[in-house]
Amino acid sequence: MASIKFTLNGKSQTVEAAPDMPLLWVLRDTLGLTGTKFGCGMALCGACTVHVNGNAVRSCVTMMSSVAGKTVTTIEGLSADGTHPVQQAWIEADVPQCGYCQSGQIMAAVSLLSKKAHPSDADIDEVMRGNICRCGTYQDIRQAIHRAAEIKGGKA
Amino acid sequence: MSTTINVSRRGFLTATGGLVLGIVLPEKTRVAAQQIGMPPPNLFAPPPGGKPNAYIHIGTDESVTFLIPKGEMGQGPTTACSQMLAEELECDWARVRMEIAPVDPASYGHQTTVGSQAIRSTWEPLRKAGAEAREMLVQAAAQRWGVDKSQCRADNGFVVNTATNAKLSYGALAADAAKLPVPVNVGLKDPKDFHIIGKPVKRLDTRDKVTGRAKFGLDARPDGLVYAVSERCPVFGGKAVGFDALKAKAVPGVINVVQTSRGVAVVANSTWAAMQGRKVLTVQWDEGAGASVSSASIRQMFADRAKEKGAAARKEGDAQAGLAKAAKKIEAVYEVPFLSHSPMEPMNCTVHARPDGAEVWAATQSPTTSRKVVADALGIPPEKVNFHTMFCGGGFGRRGEGELDWVLEAAEIAKQLTVPVKLTYTREDDTQHDYYRPASYAEFSGGLDAQGWPVAFMAKVACPSFGFLRDGVDGTAVGGLSDLHYEIPDMLVDYRVANTIVPVSYWRAPGVNQNSFFAESFLDELAAAGGKDPVEVRRRLLAKTPRMLNVLNIAAEKANWGKPPAGRFQGVAVGNGAGAFVAQVAEISVTKGKVKVHRVVCAFDCGLVINPSILRQQIEGGIIFGLTAALKGEISLERGRVQQGNFDTYEMVRIDEAPKIDVFIVPSTERPTGAGESSNPQIIPAVANAIFAATGKRLRKLPIRSANLA
Repeated sequence: MASIKFTLNGKSQTVEAAPDMPLLWVLRDTLGLTGTKFGCGMALCGACTVHVNGNAVRSCVTMMSSVAGKTVTTIEGLSADGTHPVQQAWIEADVPQCGYCQSGQIMAAVSLLSKKAHPSDADIDEVMRGNICRCGTYQDIRQAIHRAAEIKGGKA
Repeated sequence: MSTTINVSRRGFLTATGGLVLGIVLPEKTRVAAQQIGMPPPNLFAPPPGGKPNAYIHIGTDESVTFLIPKGEMGQGPTTACSQMLAEELECDWARVRMEIAPVDPASYGHQTTVGSQAIRSTWEPLRKAGAEAREMLVQAAAQRWGVDKSQCRADNGFVVNTATNAKLSYGALAADAAKLPVPVNVGLKDPKDFHIIGKPVKRLDTRDKVTGRAKFGLDARPDGLVYAVSERCPVFGGKAVGFDALKAKAVPGVINVVQTSRGVAVVANSTWAAMQGRKVLTVQWDEGAGASVSSASIRQMFADRAKEKGAAARKEGDAQAGLAKAAKKIEAVYEVPFLSHSPMEPMNCTVHARPDGAEVWAATQSPTTSRKVVADALGIPPEKVNFHTMFCGGGFGRRGEGELDWVLEAAEIAKQLTVPVKLTYTREDDTQHDYYRPASYAEFSGGLDAQGWPVAFMAKVACPSFGFLRDGVDGTAVGGLSDLHYEIPDMLVDYRVANTIVPVSYWRAPGVNQNSFFAESFLDELAAAGGKDPVEVRRRLLAKTPRMLNVLNIAAEKANWGKPPAGRFQGVAVGNGAGAFVAQVAEISVTKGKVKVHRVVCAFDCGLVINPSILRQQIEGGIIFGLTAALKGEISLERGRVQQGNFDTYEMVRIDEAPKIDVFIVPSTERPTGAGESSNPQIIPAVANAIFAATGKRLRKLPIRSANLA
């Protein structure tokens, strides 16, 4: 066990955890932030996507030792009230069906838009192919990402 | 419909006070469910009278809360059922909140969310509940004003005095309304007056699902929670004969190791610690007879069984005679593998067994049965189990009626502990210990007349029984074949049981999802053999089924049938799933054996639509679901073991393979049908038929492998 300090959703956080324990289980089981989901445990589905220092990572394979001193953002920290442009676009398009994968989809989309303000469909496919949606919301996800780009760009 | 009986006022007020109205589901639910091969009728028996259900709560604070008797796994009943209630209640939609109703068979009957029944089974009773509540509010206002009821009108959360234009809010009337008798024979609106039903109102569950607040089964966190994972025999039917927990118990965080009827579970202070303990757990298995079974041996058994006499599921004329006199005859064998459901949320269940009862948190499609499974495992009456039905992170039949292995195992672990425990399946557990879509095998024969039109059709199905057998026929196993709408004078569909060691159950559009591939591909073969256009043949054979003919014509027109863009090829398929009439045209290309689906056009008639936006989602999602089965899905066995594990070996269609999907919904005032299981079957033959158009190769076995196209 080690005492690991990091910034979580804007606040300083210290946890006692095995250095090789994945961030996912610390978030969910230790800290009770259940918005981040378990889907595969092998970085194959993207349901557990969070941001570490602003980059999208799969928390199911991100060891706690690698998080020390870094800044972690989860779906709960994206906005106080669901008003992040990507969340707004997701609400406008009513993207989720079962919704289980959507925290990961949103975190991946936020990361994509931070690197590419106006992604093409091909850009979207390239990044978002890491996130499986078994309900098949892909067409709505594409539309919502384009819309989020507009909202970010100031278009109402 | 049967009349809604035993309606009476529920005698309690919540903290906010107000009106609570209850009704009882009609017996129709039971009949409809039986038709699609659901569990025995006793599970769907109507509730005993005397205790009403609560669907509507109007608070004195103007809140409107609907208790929805169906589970939410993405298919949208929490919103659509709310629309039905709100339409007749005439409340302010902006104030509507929904909750999933508690498990209460005395009030709700057998609660289950299977068979695309959510809308069909609640269509009358929920509107009636809304209308009754509205009338009670109107009556309360009339009494307050001392006027006749006919002088009052409900409007958007208020009752209006039409003579004075005075208004009273529902919240202000709720307490008085709750004291009134429930009116009888309340009329329902003419559909032309609907202003909430039929509108693409926003889903009530979206906001919580984009903020991480939505609570799925896996998100249950009662105080004192511990976590479990379980090692099960890799061979179906095998049993644990011993285990060594010494190393597992030495892993930091591991609390206990306990045996269940299904395997050996490691309990720890986190899911991850439990997984670490499981890695060093040693279990001795008696693998049993299953250890000699492989996909090849199952396939051989199916082929042998297909030679045996079957039980007729559909008979028109004399198929043998029709084939004998046909001008041209063709034969083909079709087969599909086992498939896992693979919802994104792996199976999990949280149970707290206490001396005075139990509490359960589960993402289940079948709360009533799930509660009973826990109660039986703990040896207590179901009424002692406080059951929380959580959001389901996908279902597709895996969380439906059946043995509910994941609920049972959690209860068996909880029985050996004093604290609440959450059992989580890893993705590999979920893939390797499912109750699968059965593999199936069918021999087809077809005959054409001298002009090349189909006149004889025979299908001999060998498939595990996963529904209910009657006179040798499992109606579910032949669904999509025995009910074909094509008018062919000599037809025979017969069935023989071909059971294996592999546990099988319902999978989105059970039966239809494989038989649609068989039937629609073979029909395409008949069209090709007769030198006919696939759409032309279907039009001719569907002449007496106008709704099917209509969707076929719409799909063909919207897809520009017969004139695909350069380098692309089209395939068509039609079908009836969960009552809806569906036609799809897939537009594909094949490059070096690699299939790319560019566009899918789907025309869809499910009667009156409650929410066209949610319906479109379901249709699109179903098409992606079916596409995964067409292009990726295969559970195979060696030495009795499932060969696939995680999403690297059991792959899913991802966004880069998702086609553009254009949905055309037929406006209709017909009674609503199901929808959630209506679009995943046809995409499979539509793609296979397009591949034939592109390559001349007829693929009769799923999944579609590029090796077979190169």
